[in-house]
Amino acid sequence: MKLLIKNGRIIDPANKIDDNLDILIEGGKISKVGKSIDVKAETVIDAAGKIVMPGIVDMHVHLREPGREDKETVFSGTMAAAKGGVTSVLCMPNTLPSLDSINIIKTLNDIIKKTANVDVFICGAITVGRAGKELVNISGLKKEGIIAISDDGASVDNDELMLKALKEAKKEKILVICHSENKALSGKGLVNRGFTSTRLGLRGISKESEYKRVSRDIKLAEESGASVHIAHVSCAESVEIIRKAKKKGLKVTGETAPHYFSLSEEDLLDYNTNMKINPPLRTKDDIAAIKQSLKDGTIDIIASDHAPHTENEKEIEFEYAEFGTVGLETELAVSITELINNEALTWQELVRKMSLNPAIALGIDKGTLGVNKDADIVVISPDKEWVVNKADFVSKSKNSAFIGRKLKGAVEYTIYRGKVIYKA
Amino acid sequence: MSLKQVFTKEEIERSITRISHEIIENNKGVKGLAIVGIRTRGYVLAERIAKVINNLYGTKLDVGALDITFYRDDLSLVAEQPVIHNTEIDFDIENKNIVLVDDVLYTGRTIRCALDALIDFGRPRTIQLAVLVDRGHRELPIRADYVGKNLPTSQKELVQVKLQEIDNEDSVMIEESQDDKEKDSKMGS
Amino acid sequence: MTKKKTAKWVHKDLLGLEYLSREDMELLLDTAESFREILDRKIKKVPALRGKTVVNLFYEPSTRTRVSFEVAGKRLSADVINIAVESSSVKKGETLNDTGRNIEALKADIIVVRHNCSGAASMLARNVNISVINAGDGWHEHPTQGLLDMFTLRKKTGKLEGLNVSIVGDIAHSRVARSNIWGLTKFGAKVTVCAPKLLIPPEIEKMGIKVTDNIDEALSGADAINVLRMQFERDDMKAFPTQLEYFKNFGVTEDRLKKAKKDIIVMHPGPINRGVEISSEVADGANSVILEQVTNGIAVRMAVLFWVSQARDKDIKNEVTH
Repeated sequence: MKLLIKNGRIIDPANKIDDNLDILIEGGKISKVGKSIDVKAETVIDAAGKIVMPGIVDMHVHLREPGREDKETVFSGTMAAAKGGVTSVLCMPNTLPSLDSINIIKTLNDIIKKTANVDVFICGAITVGRAGKELVNISGLKKEGIIAISDDGASVDNDELMLKALKEAKKEKILVICHSENKALSGKGLVNRGFTSTRLGLRGISKESEYKRVSRDIKLAEESGASVHIAHVSCAESVEIIRKAKKKGLKVTGETAPHYFSLSEEDLLDYNTNMKINPPLRTKDDIAAIKQSLKDGTIDIIASDHAPHTENEKEIEFEYAEFGTVGLETELAVSITELINNEALTWQELVRKMSLNPAIALGIDKGTLGVNKDADIVVISPDKEWVVNKADFVSKSKNSAFIGRKLKGAVEYTIYRGKVIYKA
Repeated sequence: MSLKQVFTKEEIERSITRISHEIIENNKGVKGLAIVGIRTRGYVLAERIAKVINNLYGTKLDVGALDITFYRDDLSLVAEQPVIHNTEIDFDIENKNIVLVDDVLYTGRTIRCALDALIDFGRPRTIQLAVLVDRGHRELPIRADYVGKNLPTSQKELVQVKLQEIDNEDSVMIEESQDDKEKDSKMGS
Repeated sequence: MTKKKTAKWVHKDLLGLEYLSREDMELLLDTAESFREILDRKIKKVPALRGKTVVNLFYEPSTRTRVSFEVAGKRLSADVINIAVESSSVKKGETLNDTGRNIEALKADIIVVRHNCSGAASMLARNVNISVINAGDGWHEHPTQGLLDMFTLRKKTGKLEGLNVSIVGDIAHSRVARSNIWGLTKFGAKVTVCAPKLLIPPEIEKMGIKVTDNIDEALSGADAINVLRMQFERDDMKAFPTQLEYFKNFGVTEDRLKKAKKDIIVMHPGPINRGVEISSEVADGANSVILEQVTNGIAVRMAVLFWVSQARDKDIKNEVTH
């Protein structure tokens, strides 16, 4: 089965390519990249005027299975991924039960094999039940195939325990992803602590609760010699701490989500629960700082933090609503709208943040359009405008912070292992 | 849109004087008499009538102002937002002969409201009605006891009353309007 | 001649003073004057809301506000129904939106809702077509209290613009404070809030007000002081000094008032904690308008019910003709 993509603008930072080229795919792999490939293929895609990039590697996705299949499943989540141009997903361990035992990893791998529409990699928990008390069997879980660990949703409060985890992870050559939050400081907070929380009459989450923990996580990483990845960075202060760490030569990668460079606390003024997120939307100044950090490389990765929740958990009083927004189907368009159109990033840089860097951080062979690599490719109309409609969402849950927003940039084709799995 | 004057300043003055005399005649004097004017121009006329009577008899008649907005049953039907003025009836109407005063009597609905409002203040002995202009087209069985001028009109026409105290002139005009907005704008008095 | 009310009222809900213009509030205050007069009549009733149904949906216990709305509704000849929801049933049973829709299905016209969550009234208003009046949502707003406070001030002084008003108490958790701040600043009054540092919310000076933690500073030069109720039962108050300490440092006493303007107006939304935020002498003294506030509250709530009902009727009419 041959697939030929013609006339597209190929953005492949892994091979330093930004050029109008054709791509030939055979047997699920990229077989040729070059000018005017003249080969007969069963499927031909004319990508004139389109951008062709390696499929997005989203390293922060909550698929909710096992345990909360009412919110999302591996099947529905990966369908949503396909629609969003995402061909590799790292699923987070805050499932029920958490991904903290060999058995549960086996079970999940089985589900993935049977129902996943794209590649799903597993992030195991750091502590049993993510309770922050007892480490999981890291090497055991690694043998079952996990490629990262995190207690995402929570942070390991005990410094000693976290240090131990980092040392173990270094030994096992596995990435530690930090959800940096000091719950003692953020407490029952609901939105960013500041003028908006005062106006809305809601408890605030201080930036301190994030950046102080980022500091600690980096300090412990330095002590242990392990690589550490700071998830969903939301504020300027955290960015600054990561910047300093990188200057020191520490092995730190930073990640942010599209909502942190497009929405601010002011967008919340009508108590829209789809914008209730943890970490919370911050100020316009933080948006600027995040954009700058993407430009200067302090933040290496954009990931959606796709957090599906049912209507019953979102269409209720702000105080009681769950935190999180879905993101797989909008992350590319939001990034294009906010970063490419405002010239904060070039196409090369954007593809780096969304496809190449995540693959490198996780140590997987993705995010590249090189010959003999997996044919995971996305074809985009960069200027197509569309409005985010609740009814159009493919994911099981439709709690998007972007409903009603006009975006630029739409996925036309998502190709996974050489097959078209999504067509607009 | 044509404008026709139907009542001059002098005619208005004479009517008010005549009405004032008729009130005294009908009530056999000033005992137990009080005047209540419907906001806003009815109240102006009420004060004028009271002034005439006070000058003639050396009395100090009680004059009250009634805003009937809260008694209206047609607020959802009219396009314009109602303007609410204050009601000021600071005397007891119990057992009094109340003369209600309004500028234009039309459908009778305003007066119906005014009767309801007045009765919430107490039980007068009689309620009588004095109007400057009666333009016909009654929708309720209401009639005036004292009329300044009978003015046959069509429903397409608008009757504009202007009084010195509010509009800096005294006159009554008839205006021919394009549409049926007459009903809308004044609820028909 | 009498005042002319000129603002065009379009709001079928009243969710907060943040969302109203100065003209909107002026219309409400002016109308409240007319309704205030009715309260002095022998028959304290007008048929303006005859046949309409007002449902008081109170998730937090309240006698004062609920009764005030009930009296206001009845004075307008509306049928008033009271639903007191036990707060535990909120979590176990029907959601607020479902309750709202059920009330709508009963063909009620107005829901007056008090809830412990900020934003609850806004959420309810998004989910039902009938009118929603916010009688207090969490720490967010208590618009009718703000309005009646301003009505009282305006009645006493004849104006709001340029007035120096101080609000003292637990500002961080006070919906009364927020509504007052929104309302007063829109009218050009000068507002100062006073509380121990722990109870001042972040960046509140951005609302265009002064902030102090010194009660004497708040009282000096003030034309009015609004004393808020101190709640010591809440969880995050455990770190706070005792009631006696609070009274010593922030209590409004006769001695403190001596240093203020002689005719300073003393207000309190009630219920008062004698000897905690205010002394009995001051609460019952000549400067206090606390009881007038209660009476004015009914007139103000009548005005709110009246106008909200008007807007809803217009909406219905427009729906029918289109």
